[in-house]
Amino acid sequence: MAEHGIGARVPRVEDQRFITGKGRYTDDINQAGQTYAVFVRSPHAHARIRGVDKSSVASMPGVLAVLDGDDVKADGLGNLICGWLVKSKDGSPMKMGPHPLLAQGKVRYVGDRVAVVVAETYAQAKDAAEALVVDYEELPAVVDLAGAHGAAALVHDEVADNLIFDWELGDKAAVDAAFAAAHHVTRMELVNNRLIPNAMEPRAAIGVYDSGTDAFTCYLTSQNPHVHRLVMAAFIGVAPEHKLRVVGPDVGGGFGSKIFIYGEECVVCWASRKIGGRPVKWTAERSESFLSDAHGRDHISTAELALDKDGNFLAMRVNTKANLGAYMSTFSSCVPTYLYATLLAGQYRTPAIYCDVQAYYTNTAPVDAYRGAGRPEASFLIETLVDQAAMELGIDPADIRRRNFIPRDAFPYQTPVALIYDTGDYQATLEEALKLADYAGFPARRAEAQRRGKLRGIGLSCYIEACGIAPSAVVGSLGAGVGLWESAKVRFSHTGKVQVLTGTHSHGQGHETTFAQLIADKLGVPFGDIEVIHGDTEKTPVGMGTYGSRSLAVGGEAIMKACDKIIAKGKKIAAHLLEAAEGDIEFKDGKFTVAGTDKSKALGEVVFAAYVPHNYPPDLEPGMEEGAFFDPPNFTFPAGTYVCEVEVEPATGEVDIVRFTAVDDFGNVINPMIVEGQVHGGLVQGIGQALLEGARYDDSGQLLTGSYMDYCMPRADNVPSFAVVTSAGTACTSNSMGVKGCGEAGAIGAPGAVINAITNAIGRRVEMPATPEKVWRAIHSNVAVAAE
Amino acid sequence: MPSVSMTVNGKQVGGEVESRTLLVEFLRNQLGLTGTHVGCDTSQCGCCVVHVDGRSVKACTMLAVQAAGSQVTTIEGLARNGQLHPVQAAFREHHGLQCGFCTPGMIMSAVDLLQHNANPTEAEVREWLEGNLCRCTGYHNIVKAIMAAAADMSGHAKAAE
Ligand code: FES
Ligand code: FES
Repeated sequence: MAEHGIGARVPRVEDQRFITGKGRYTDDINQAGQTYAVFVRSPHAHARIRGVDKSSVASMPGVLAVLDGDDVKADGLGNLICGWLVKSKDGSPMKMGPHPLLAQGKVRYVGDRVAVVVAETYAQAKDAAEALVVDYEELPAVVDLAGAHGAAALVHDEVADNLIFDWELGDKAAVDAAFAAAHHVTRMELVNNRLIPNAMEPRAAIGVYDSGTDAFTCYLTSQNPHVHRLVMAAFIGVAPEHKLRVVGPDVGGGFGSKIFIYGEECVVCWASRKIGGRPVKWTAERSESFLSDAHGRDHISTAELALDKDGNFLAMRVNTKANLGAYMSTFSSCVPTYLYATLLAGQYRTPAIYCDVQAYYTNTAPVDAYRGAGRPEASFLIETLVDQAAMELGIDPADIRRRNFIPRDAFPYQTPVALIYDTGDYQATLEEALKLADYAGFPARRAEAQRRGKLRGIGLSCYIEACGIAPSAVVGSLGAGVGLWESAKVRFSHTGKVQVLTGTHSHGQGHETTFAQLIADKLGVPFGDIEVIHGDTEKTPVGMGTYGSRSLAVGGEAIMKACDKIIAKGKKIAAHLLEAAEGDIEFKDGKFTVAGTDKSKALGEVVFAAYVPHNYPPDLEPGMEEGAFFDPPNFTFPAGTYVCEVEVEPATGEVDIVRFTAVDDFGNVINPMIVEGQVHGGLVQGIGQALLEGARYDDSGQLLTGSYMDYCMPRADNVPSFAVVTSAGTACTSNSMGVKGCGEAGAIGAPGAVINAITNAIGRRVEMPATPEKVWRAIHSNVAVAAE
Repeated sequence: MPSVSMTVNGKQVGGEVESRTLLVEFLRNQLGLTGTHVGCDTSQCGCCVVHVDGRSVKACTMLAVQAAGSQVTTIEGLARNGQLHPVQAAFREHHGLQCGFCTPGMIMSAVDLLQHNANPTEAEVREWLEGNLCRCTGYHNIVKAIMAAAADMSGHAKAAE
C-alpha cells in the first residue's frame, strides 16, 4: 500500500489549522462595518401575536432595524419549504401549514422567530431584543404525540387533527395473513426518544449585500451550501441564484442539523440590504440551539413479529406515530417514511412487512434528520423486537439472528419494503463480533459480576442502513424535490498541482484528506500536491452537500469519474507526444506508457503539454481540467454487528458500559483511521440516546431540557473505549471504489445493543434514555413482582 | 469604560472593555484570537478553555477585567518557535479531532492536566475531561491522544534527566 494511497492511515491535512487555532468558522469571520442580529423568540408554545411594538426599542442605543413578520410579508419573501412530498394512503398529498421566516399572526413553539433586531454591537442588539414588547394571546398547545390526535388545538388551522400524513408501505394483506397463521407473535410498544443534535459549533450566519453588484454573500454553518443557495433563491426570494453566494467555511459539526434551510440565514441577508449593505452577523447562543435547531427522532411505535415454531420470522407489522414539530423542516417528511420503513427488513429475510406511519404537528421545535435519520429508529425497533422474540421463545439472541439472516449467497436481495441490497455478509460480521467480544465467555463474567453484587448483561444489535440515497429518478418518484447526484472537478495547474473541487461539504469528516488519497492513488500524483476545495458556491461546481453518509460513495465517485476523463485526455496527448496510437497507451502509477515498450511520459509532462500546447494534437482542446457528475444506481448498504456489555448497580440503577465491540461492513475503506473515528463518534451519540439524552417539554410546551445543565450530553467519563473493526467488508457494487459510507453506523446500531444489554442484565426492557431512575424502578418492580 | 492590560501569548496587550465583557469576548473580538471558541452559555462545554497564569480556565466564565495583569495563553500561543506542543502533535497523530470546534479547549485542558499529573490513567483523563464536550469523536481518540502525549512528554523528561 502506498503511503498516501487507498487503505493508508494518513493523518489529516486539515488538522494543522484546527490544532493551532487557525480554523475559520462562521463566527470567526469579521468584516468592516459589521452589525449584529439578535432574534426575538416566542416564550409561548402557541399564541396569537396581537402586536409587536417596534417603537419600544427603535430608539435604543445602536439599534439599526427591527423587523417582524409583517415586514417579511410586505417585502414579498417566500416561506420555508419542505422538499419531499409524501402522500397519504388515500393518495392525497401531505398537509402543511405555512412556515414563514418570521412568525405571522401566530407563534407555534417556544423559540419560534418573532422578530429580529439589528444593532451596532451584539450587546446593543441583545438589550433591544430583550426590551421588545410583543403582545401575545396564549392558546392551548399540543405538546406531544400522545396529545396530537384528537386535540382541541390545531397547530395549523388548515391541518385537521394535526395529521400531516398517514402513509403506508408494504403488503398489508399478506402480512395480516401471515400473522393469522403464525405459531408465535411478539408484540411491543416502544418509544424512540426525541434528541437535540448539539453540534458543538452553534448555528451562525452572516449576510452581506453589495449594492454595487446587487449581489449577496452569506457565510453560513451549512452542510450543503448549494442547497441553501437554491432554496434561498428559488423559494424564499432572497436573491436570484446567480446573485447569491453561499459559503460554508469550517463548520463545527452538523449531524444533520445544518442541512436545513432555517429562517435566520434568510433574514440576515435580507436585513443587510435593509440597512444599506452593512454585514449582519447572527450567532446562536446554545440556548437558542436547543430551542430552534431541528430536533431528531421522536417516534412512538407498536411493533409485531410473527414467527414459526423454529423461530423463523414470517412477517412484521409496525405502526409508528412521528412527531414533526410545529413546522415541516426541509427534509422532515422523508425521515419517518422512506428513510425508516424501507429499512424494516434489517438483515433478515422476513418475507412480508407492513408499516404505516402517522405524522403529526405539535407545538414543539421542528423535527428533521439527525445522524442516521429514520434508520436508527428502524434498527432499534427491529433489534429490540428480535431480542424480545428470542427471549419469549427461549432461543439465544445470536441464534435467532443466524437463523433469519439473508444468506450471503442471496445477493442482490429484494426486500419486501422496496430496497434491493447489493452485497453483505451478515453472518460473517456477527461471528467476528461475537469472537472479539468473547460472547462465549460471557456467562463466566456474569457470574463473577454477580459475586460483586452487579447485574451484568450482554446485548447484540445487527444493524443495516441505506446510505448515499439515490438514484435521482427513484427518489424523485418517491417525492424528493431534488436530485441526489454529486459533482466534482479535477483541475491541474501548469506545474502539475491539483485542485479537487467537490460539491460535498466537510464538517469533521476529513474530506480534504480522504479525497486527496483517492486522487493520489488514481493518478499517482504526490499527496502533498493535491488540494481539496469545498463549501463555496462561487468556487465549486453545483453539488448536493454532505449528509446520509453520501460524500465518498457519491461525491468520491464523481471525483473518480473526473479522473477517468483526465486519463482519457492524457492518453490522447501522450499518444501524440510518443508518436503512438492512442489505443496503445496505458496509464499506471502516474505514467503514460506505450504498451509493451519503455517509452513513456509522466502525467506532469502531459499536463504541461496541455497548458503549453506547442506540440499538441491538432483537434484537442488545451488545458487539463475535467468535471463529472455521478448519479448512483442504488443506495449503499453498510451493515454490522455491535455487542454491548453492561454492568448495572442494582442499588442505584446506574449502567456502566464495560465493553463495546463494533464490527462494521463498510465495503472498502480508504482511510481506516478516519473511518474508525466516525464509528467512535456515532457510537457515543447512539449511547447518548440509549442512556442519557432526551428532549423534554412540559405540559405547557416549555422546553425543560434547554441547556447543558438539563440535557445530558455524553461526557468522556460516561463512555468506554471501543473495539472497532472495519475490515470485514464486502465491496459495494454501486461505485467503482466499492465503498459504502460510515458516518451514521454508530448512531444507528448502538442504541439497540445498549438497551438489549440492559434488558439482558435486569430481565426487563426500559425505554430510552435508560436513566438510573428508570433502571432502578425496573429492577425494583421485578423484585416486587417476584415477592408477590 | 474600564481599560485592561494583560499578557496574551507573551505579548503585552490592552484595550477598553465594558465591565461586562467576558475574557473570551476580549480575546476573540478585540484581539482577533478566534481559536478560542464559544460553544455554550452555561460554562459547560469547555470550547473556550485558555490558561490564565498557568491554569486552565473557561474564558466564558471570567470577565476580561478579572484577567487584568495576568499571563494568558490561548491555543494560538501554545506552539513555540513553530514547534507544536506534544499534545497538539498527539491530537493530529491519533485523530483526536474531527470538526475541530472543541479541539482548542480540549488541548488547553489536556495540557493543564499533564502539568498536574504527568502519567494519568485512562480513567483520570476521562474524569478530567468532564468539563469539555465533544460531539464528534466519541472521546476515544482524544483520550488516546492525551495518553500518548503523556508518554511522549515523560519520555522526553526522562531523556533530559
Ligand atoms: S463557552 Fe462553553 S464553557 Fe465556555
Ligand atoms: S471534534 Fe467536533 S466537537 Fe470535538
